[in-house]
Amino acid sequence: MARVITFQKAINEALDQEMARDPSVVLFGEDVAGGQGAGGELDAWGGVLGVTKGLYHRYPGRVLDTPISESAFIGAAVGAACSGLRPVAELMFVDFMGVCFDQIFNQGAKLRYMFGGKARVPMVIRTMWGAGIRAAGQHSQSLYSIFTHVPGLKVAVPSTPYDAKGLLISAIRDDDPVIFFENKVLYTVEGEVPEESYTIPFGEANVVREGDDVSVVAIGRMVGMAQQAAGQLAADGIDCEVVDLRTTSPLDEDSIYETVEKTGRLVVVDEDNPRCGMAADIAALVAQNCFDDLQAPVQMVTAPHTPPPFSGSLEDLYVPSAEKIGEAVRRTTGGKVGARA
Amino acid sequence: MTAGEAPPGVTRLGMPKWGLSMREGKVTDWLVDEGEEVAEGEELFEVETEKIDGAVESPAAGVLRRRVAQVGAVVPVGGLVGVLADPSVPDADVDAFVAAFQASFVPEEAEGEAEAPTRTVEVGGRRLRYLERAPEAAAGDPVVLLHGFGGDLNNWLFNTDRLAERRRVYALDLPGHGESSKDVGAGDLAAFAEALGGFLDAVGAARAHLVGHSMGGAVALAYALAHPDRVASLTLVAPAGLGEDINRDYIDGFVAAERRRELKGVLELLFADQGLVNRKLVDDVLRYKRLDGVEAALRQVAGAMYPSGRQTVVLTGELDRLQAPALVVWGGQDRILPTAHADALAGRARVEVLAGAGHSPHMEAANEVNRLVGGFLDELEGAG
Repeated sequence: MARVITFQKAINEALDQEMARDPSVVLFGEDVAGGQGAGGELDAWGGVLGVTKGLYHRYPGRVLDTPISESAFIGAAVGAACSGLRPVAELMFVDFMGVCFDQIFNQGAKLRYMFGGKARVPMVIRTMWGAGIRAAGQHSQSLYSIFTHVPGLKVAVPSTPYDAKGLLISAIRDDDPVIFFENKVLYTVEGEVPEESYTIPFGEANVVREGDDVSVVAIGRMVGMAQQAAGQLAADGIDCEVVDLRTTSPLDEDSIYETVEKTGRLVVVDEDNPRCGMAADIAALVAQNCFDDLQAPVQMVTAPHTPPPFSGSLEDLYVPSAEKIGEAVRRTTGGKVGARA
Repeated sequence: MTAGEAPPGVTRLGMPKWGLSMREGKVTDWLVDEGEEVAEGEELFEVETEKIDGAVESPAAGVLRRRVAQVGAVVPVGGLVGVLADPSVPDADVDAFVAAFQASFVPEEAEGEAEAPTRTVEVGGRRLRYLERAPEAAAGDPVVLLHGFGGDLNNWLFNTDRLAERRRVYALDLPGHGESSKDVGAGDLAAFAEALGGFLDAVGAARAHLVGHSMGGAVALAYALAHPDRVASLTLVAPAGLGEDINRDYIDGFVAAERRRELKGVLELLFADQGLVNRKLVDDVLRYKRLDGVEAALRQVAGAMYPSGRQTVVLTGELDRLQAPALVVWGGQDRILPTAHADALAGRARVEVLAGAGHSPHMEAANEVNRLVGGFLDELEGAG
């Protein structure tokens, strides 16, 4: 049996193996060392949730705590990447990213293009996203659609420990800036992960469950939710195909069209808010490219157009659930497949 | 784990375990009716797993008395699928056995996780992974299973346990493959044969029965020619090394394929029944191919052994020196290596061509291959 580790450990291992392989890989961010320069360094936190734990001592001088100034250290990451390093910056919560949009959108994403391909920005920004831990509106958003919108950035949103390790290694080796989204609820999820280093190419969706009746395209934590829904629907004779996008930029459009051509029905599940989001984008692409294959209107299951609430009961309603996914799937079948709608 | 011993005359038909990761299987078809008489080795029901589909053979002769699992049922490994019994066994006894078994059966699941079924051993500075299976009080020379180009020990998923009913079996990941070190050295036949010798030393096997598929067959044959004293017998399943021809599309395609779609088309060349190449099978190969060092290893091996779509090492001129008794099994619909290459061993080995199988008869016609290999080894040991 292959070894089983958590999503969080898979990320730590990817960083560890890439730092061992390539001396130009450096880490920085708020508390990524978590005890730098102080006594008791062996107790260094390694990030607010311990994802980088252990690396500070293993790679002296290459894991740097920064001041609480996101615009400064993300700008530093862009500069370091342009001048020969492969920085992996941790920006604790994606919700805080707004203060460094200029560094990301106007510098990191643009330099390769504006210098005629002569500059490279091999930078990774790791960041936590998603609701579910009662951390309210400023620590619970999804926001990957904003970065997907900007050409010149790549965006990965892994759903499993295996994908987290392989996509992060690919991100670090990539010569373009990558925003790497880590769902905080998934950190404790376990899965089989090879001990050796490996890569997963960007822009390759993963069909995690095959089915003939309805396609469910999902992102990040919603992939597990969609699989749960598919399991329940199977008992009623509705056979769902679940597709994990893995990266939103580049987007594996072919896999989306292929599954829609097969089933004729599409539900897109996205924890992000609905306006101008991935779900809307995918629905539009399918409407444009697979109109003749569709047997029912595309359904979107997303958070509502509202900030993530602090109230626990409201937060539970905010995040798409297996039940809501199931209802959306039944809306596409209209009772024509399987049991009653 | 084992529940309810079957009373005399009653045979439990359980869900088999095909491969390390199999936890459960789905019964997709019953091939025999209740009340029908079956012979030992007759196919009883078909099973679909996450990885691969196959038919389960009857372990004994008797009458199928109960289909415990119906078509569509998902049964954990070791769980009860049906009951075979002598006609003289009363219905009540059969039902009592079923009830007792079901009441006490515990799937192996969680408890099996603790022990790592594969081990590693250091050979010539490289880590080699292997799987060892043996009955209690295994005697005689062990069997060593050698996969082909790009394969790993899991390719023997249908064979390992069956062959290990009577003897110790090792399934090996050759260098560059599976979870063994990705350094293949020169990547030629000599390098693999040396690794095999080192492995035999490491597990303390003075002699072994070698079973090799495709490239692993060439490795076994080369080793047998070089070390006749250490090879008790040779079973070559669609082996390389018996002619120059090889399907270049397969070798080049396997090395180059980066995405699922490309790889699926390549893997389909391995089987007569292309339906066997399901998503999980493709995914597993893709995961292997994406490990650091694998691409370089495959390119090295392909370049050393099969440059420009020809085999560099052809051992047909040396077969006169072959001392070990040999069995050759080939699929009649092999699209990687010509079945006619088996002619090189005609007269020196027993040659069995399985008409319906492709390049991987040990997977596609596993039951027949297990019977052929098991019978061959039994005969040798009976004679010895």
